[in-house]
Amino acid sequence: MLKNLPSAMKAAFPHTIPVLTGFAFLGAAYGILMSARGYGVLWILLTSSVVFAGALQFIGISLLTSVFDPLHAFLIAISVNARHLFYGISMLEKYGGTGKVKPYLIFGMCDETFSILCTAEPPPEVDKRAFMLSVTLLNQSYWILGGVAGGLIGPLLRFDTYGIDFVMTAFFVVIFLNQWRAQKNHSPALIGLGAATVSLLIFGADNFIIPAMILIIACLTIFRKKLEKGAED
Amino acid sequence: MLTTIQALIIIAILAAGTAITRFLPFVFFPNALSAPRYVHYLGKMLPTAAISMLVVYCLRYIELTAAPHGLPEIIAIIAVAALHIWRKNTLLSIAAGTAIYMLLVQFVF
Repeated sequence: MLKNLPSAMKAAFPHTIPVLTGFAFLGAAYGILMSARGYGVLWILLTSSVVFAGALQFIGISLLTSVFDPLHAFLIAISVNARHLFYGISMLEKYGGTGKVKPYLIFGMCDETFSILCTAEPPPEVDKRAFMLSVTLLNQSYWILGGVAGGLIGPLLRFDTYGIDFVMTAFFVVIFLNQWRAQKNHSPALIGLGAATVSLLIFGADNFIIPAMILIIACLTIFRKKLEKGAED
Repeated sequence: MLTTIQALIIIAILAAGTAITRFLPFVFFPNALSAPRYVHYLGKMLPTAAISMLVVYCLRYIELTAAPHGLPEIIAIIAVAALHIWRKNTLLSIAAGTAIYMLLVQFVF
């Protein structure tokens, strides 16, 4: 398997370039904030390696600088990251039979890695397992390196990067469009957009993901007969 | 400020909580093929629905009722979509869209 890794890395790299850009800056922003609060490079290295969840790591900074409350931290981790449950259900088949690398593929399944692996197929000569491992490894290494770089050189940055975080939004919009084009049946995409928007309007920015997930499951369950028919066409 | 041990405990808890959300489906259905048909069905439909949800998630802090009413995001997303439909070049769409957004929020709005 490791023999194939260099060619798989080569095939995977172009798919990860937008993530490289996004994570270099978001990771750096995280590193800057952490070190400004007294958590230096070693701490950044630790959290980005073992937690590896962008939004939660940012929230984690405030958890690390207020009163010690492990239960609160646990509940926040679960609710902020509940969307991963959807990724897992989506990847049951793809990650099946990946053997020794499976635990790492699951551990490293961030939004960006999930989106790439949902839509990108490796060229036929590249081993699928090595390709999935490469995408996951590359993305996590960008995040770790960005964070460490931010912790080290953050205070020296002078280039105005305000707004660069939009790179992740643009990335998901493009993945969305690619999926839209590849599918005849647009109902799941519209259900996702509709349910998320309705939940956002009702529950607000910080609490909408779990209601949105419930609403999506409800719609998919209610319209199952129609949607399964549509999938066969 | 937490002690070093307390900070390590918090980080371990954040890591465990995150890992639970990622591993849970695989713990419930260790063998994808023997998972119920309903789970298979969800596995087929959820990727698309989840990515739509992610797009909304990225835009969750936009305030439509206050200036600039989400205009930088709306304009930049239209640019990304138009460019992507026209040239079908992923990197170009993302790079140009981000550049437009940065110009808008730094100099226009």
